[in-house]
Amino acid sequence: MNRFVLPLAGFLLLLVVLLVGLKRAPEKSNLPSPLIGKSAPQFTLPNLFDNTQPLSTETLKGHWSLVNVWGTWCVECRAEHAALLQIKQEARVPIIGIDWKDQDEDALAWLEQLGNPYERVGTDHDGRVAIDWGVYGAPESFLISPTGTVVYKHIGAMTPQVWQHDFLPRISATTFKPPPPPTPASSSAATGPGA
Amino acid sequence: MVVELGQYALILALMLAAAQAFFGLAGPALKRERWLAVVPSAACGQFVFVALAVGVLVHAFVDNDFSVRYVAENSNSALPLFYRVTALWGAHEGSMLLWILVLSLWTMALVGNARHLPAAFAARALGVLGVISCCFLLFTLATSNPFARLMPAVPDGNDLNPVLQDPAFAVHPPILYMGYVGFSVSFALACAAMIEGRRDQLWAHWMRPWTVMAWAFLACGIALGSWWAYYELGWGGFWFWDPVENASFMPWLVGTALVHSLAVTDKRGLFKSWTLLLAVTAFSLSLLGTFLVRSGVLVSVHSFAADPSRGIFILVLLVLMIGGALGLYAWRAPLMKSSAGFDFISRESFLLFNNILLTIAAAVVFGGTLAPLIADTLRLGTLSVGPPYFNPSFLVPILPMLALVALGMHARWRRGRLGESRRPLLLALGAALVLGLALSLGVYAHPLTLTPVGATVGFWIILSALIDPIDRLRRRVPLPASVAGMSIAHIGLGVFVLGITFVQSNTIQRDIALKPGQSAQLGAYQFRYDGGQEIVGPNYEGFRGQVSITRNGAPVTVLYPEKRRYWVQGTVQTTAAIAPAFNRDLLAALGEDVGAGAWSLRFQYRPLIRFVWVGALIMAIGGVTAVVGRRQGARVASGAALPLAAVAPGDIREHGGAP
Repeated sequence: MNRFVLPLAGFLLLLVVLLVGLKRAPEKSNLPSPLIGKSAPQFTLPNLFDNTQPLSTETLKGHWSLVNVWGTWCVECRAEHAALLQIKQEARVPIIGIDWKDQDEDALAWLEQLGNPYERVGTDHDGRVAIDWGVYGAPESFLISPTGTVVYKHIGAMTPQVWQHDFLPRISATTFKPPPPPTPASSSAATGPGA
Repeated sequence: MVVELGQYALILALMLAAAQAFFGLAGPALKRERWLAVVPSAACGQFVFVALAVGVLVHAFVDNDFSVRYVAENSNSALPLFYRVTALWGAHEGSMLLWILVLSLWTMALVGNARHLPAAFAARALGVLGVISCCFLLFTLATSNPFARLMPAVPDGNDLNPVLQDPAFAVHPPILYMGYVGFSVSFALACAAMIEGRRDQLWAHWMRPWTVMAWAFLACGIALGSWWAYYELGWGGFWFWDPVENASFMPWLVGTALVHSLAVTDKRGLFKSWTLLLAVTAFSLSLLGTFLVRSGVLVSVHSFAADPSRGIFILVLLVLMIGGALGLYAWRAPLMKSSAGFDFISRESFLLFNNILLTIAAAVVFGGTLAPLIADTLRLGTLSVGPPYFNPSFLVPILPMLALVALGMHARWRRGRLGESRRPLLLALGAALVLGLALSLGVYAHPLTLTPVGATVGFWIILSALIDPIDRLRRRVPLPASVAGMSIAHIGLGVFVLGITFVQSNTIQRDIALKPGQSAQLGAYQFRYDGGQEIVGPNYEGFRGQVSITRNGAPVTVLYPEKRRYWVQGTVQTTAAIAPAFNRDLLAALGEDVGAGAWSLRFQYRPLIRFVWVGALIMAIGGVTAVVGRRQGARVASGAALPLAAVAPGDIREHGGAP
């Protein structure tokens, strides 16, 4: 051991910090989003469940909605799935999924297996829409007001605590409207949690 | 079809880079003379194919080929041609391509100068550059392919980020990259020296011009970036201690230390292992900066859309390049220790202080930049580090360093005296005190505590940098380029110090809501808001305000700040209006329409802000002067041996310590 090894040792230490930082980068939930307070980005995506009914910005108008960016390749998304199902049951706020850089078969199989919390799922195969939404990495969740304004953004896995603490208080009771009834297509894909 | 050619070209470049790395490193190791001959050809071929790939992407931009994903994301048919070309480096994928192009440009420069180096040494250095190039080509092809297609193609693109639609941005990234990629040559030469375990110090002599050139480019690049942020980000700040800025500033600080320690190693054979470490560190910090900016671990106002999956890839490459070099250092540096002594008051010891203080300054920036990450790792919560930390902590090492510059410039090698420079130095100090106090207490009133100190130090550096040139002029002795370069660079430093001092202490800023006809007073200047009108540009619409400025009743200028909304992305962009002058800038920017015809406005008066950028520019000119002059000097020296009488006494003094 001599002093010439010290730079290498320092670098290895730094490496540990960078690795941990990298691992946690997607879960940094305090990132400010430039979209907050602005209209949700214009987009149209094919609906995973029904090709004739695309998902677009218009889908988000008229009621509160939770837009959740996910993918079957994303481990954190699997972790947050139960929370989304719970929110779906309790909150009566439609959850709109954006399936990011994913295969349709994989996504359908995933929802078959884990249950479907989503009202609709847009399939963003090439990730172009996610770029407009300023997505850093899946999962991310956006709260959209009835006027189509982005009210809040959460980066990382959704949990019941986050929902209670950060999302619910922002949904003002006065403008709350119950969601439209689920489409037949989406209910056919949905199964109970744990199925 | 053409676009796919670009991708093939990149793959070919990768293969050639691999050949360059393999033959460059294995050839000398296995003593295969013929393998060495392959290395320059592989490097040239790599350059050709990289250039071809860049050409293809430029063509796709100019041609509005929106079937290319990168073009669709960063351009638009309404975008002016000029910005369609510069949009090449408007986002991540193209920036990586530019990075690679710049690296192969530096590689070509080394190939062009390889005849001055021993064949095996040059091959090894090119081999190391080949490894770096391989890493970046692999990274680009695997995770950031700029040639990826978009199926189906979109009718029109997403437009270039409006912040980047600016002439300064057109030149800023290439120059910045020339700087911090340029340190790769110093890195490669250091690695080659360590692989060979050279006991001499010739490698330092070879490394000097490359380091100084990269350093000069980086100074220019940082200054341009700061200038761009100043007028384009709209709010009149010129340095934010943002991670992306720090990522370019840290290599520059270490590069500055390297330039100085190289002088000692070259002339006196001292600090060898330290110099090697600095050479490795300067480039490592460039690489680390790339990682920090692109992996999304740190949040920055300038951040590109970051993708964590890229992070792990870069991290692996960092281990390979930095870890490899530092491992080499741990193994070889003990063999290359230097042995020679010097007195406490000698040029060596001043340069040692310079190095220690610059390294501490770089460490301060490094610590501040990474603190949020470290706090996060240790679960200490979210931490935000900004100017309140950076400004004072950076001054602690930098102020003593600046104070020592004047002395260090005139201390002699090895021997412990300031010699005949003492009288002019004291004279310069006296004059600097008078000028500094006059400026800080007389011309610009209400100073901070440090203002007179900063002003005096700035003037002292400038005046003492002039001592040597004036002395030689009086004695009618020619001024060697190295001395001229050093003097110019130090004058630049002094100018920069003066600029920073007065910008920091005497800036006046007001944020105020005004109706047409109302005005605000900033020192002697009166800013009157005259109202404004709607405007329409080529790819935006907006509002243009009119602000008339008078000084003690006399009209100075009329400013037209704008607020633009770019159609394609819907982004709102504040375009500040600035009236620049030698001794001050006046700035007006539009905030929000607060109703009833009133707008919130920001007004600024910034004294001497031009000195900050001009100072950096002068430093860079100094560096270039030294390098270019040295080359010409070498040509003269190799052509005919100079008669001894023609060599200035100072030169003999300078070379006195060389073995």
